Amino acid sequence: MIEFLKQPWAWYVAGPLIGLMVPALLILGNKTLGISSSLRHVCAACIPAKIPFFNYDWKKEAWNLVFVAGIILGAFIVATFLSNPNPVSINPKLVAELNGYGITDQHSLLPDQLFNWQQLFTVKGLFFMVFGGFLVGFGTRYAGGCTSGHAIMGLSNLQLPSLIATISFMAGGFLMANVILPFILKL
Amino acid sequence: MQTALIKPIHTNTDFEVRSLDVVDNQEPKKESILSYLKYLIMGLLFGIILVKSEVISWYRIQEMFRLQSFHMFGVIGSAVVTGIVSVWLIKKFNIKTIRGEKIQLPTKKFNKGQIYGGLIFGFGWAITGACPGPLFAQIGSGFSVIFITLLSAIAGTWLYGLLREKLPH
Repeated sequence: MIEFLKQPWAWYVAGPLIGLMVPALLILGNKTLGISSSLRHVCAACIPAKIPFFNYDWKKEAWNLVFVAGIILGAFIVATFLSNPNPVSINPKLVAELNGYGITDQHSLLPDQLFNWQQLFTVKGLFFMVFGGFLVGFGTRYAGGCTSGHAIMGLSNLQLPSLIATISFMAGGFLMANVILPFILKL
Repeated sequence: MQTALIKPIHTNTDFEVRSLDVVDNQEPKKESILSYLKYLIMGLLFGIILVKSEVISWYRIQEMFRLQSFHMFGVIGSAVVTGIVSVWLIKKFNIKTIRGEKIQLPTKKFNKGQIYGGLIFGFGWAITGACPGPLFAQIGSGFSVIFITLLSAIAGTWLYGLLREKLPH
């Protein structure tokens, strides 16, 4: 059993389990799945700075912060007890492309050569870790949700704005990955 | 009362802060510490699924946007199908919460932020290889430097809040 759990899970196992988060949270407490709102609650709790957007009772939304704390804990449990002993399998085309950029160490879930503390203050490091994160935070709130809030929760409830947002996420991602990132990775 | 504070943009654009959207008397005044435990456990399960399905992997996201793997499309697609069926069943059989409350789902209104913000998030998703859930999961998996990415995402959210009135919606 443990050996089985250590393998990466197939999409048809993980996808339905993620989808079941939607009814589970609704039935457990009338909560809608959505992760990016936790970032807004952190702003409201720590640095509201009299900005109207952060002027609300974040404590009423504290469940969301507990939920993301659970995500950190769950990931820690996997890393400690259930991690895949084998290197992550990657499409050979992507491996070849990344090798061309000098990204050759591909054993873990993130390329260590791009995401590490030493890289942080290089141009590439600032771009991938700081600028990228900034766009995630700014964009998700501007869009009113992220992959979980719009693509999964919103689409589950057949919300057209969520479909528009999801299409925009994908369009932005395709553009960045295929058109802009190759130039950055060459730096 | 609190919604009135967000005045200059009259229409709501963010439907994820339930206490601002839903006026219900059934919501208990206080959730006990113990009742938060269920959200911790659900988050924990969500975190385990995110890591085990490798959706927190930068490589999986690159493969998705380069159309080099079906994995991410399969995960998201089957999650959505499961969610649609679940929500349909909840509505059809008028399923209540464990406390017996009626389940309420927000109706979202279109605004241009869903396009502009969506594109901006898409850029960030392809760069970091992570949406907000996976950011937390990457940190939990031991990629400590992603804490900086998370702080930057919080800064991005904060700047959006600051500039919100000036941005097209």
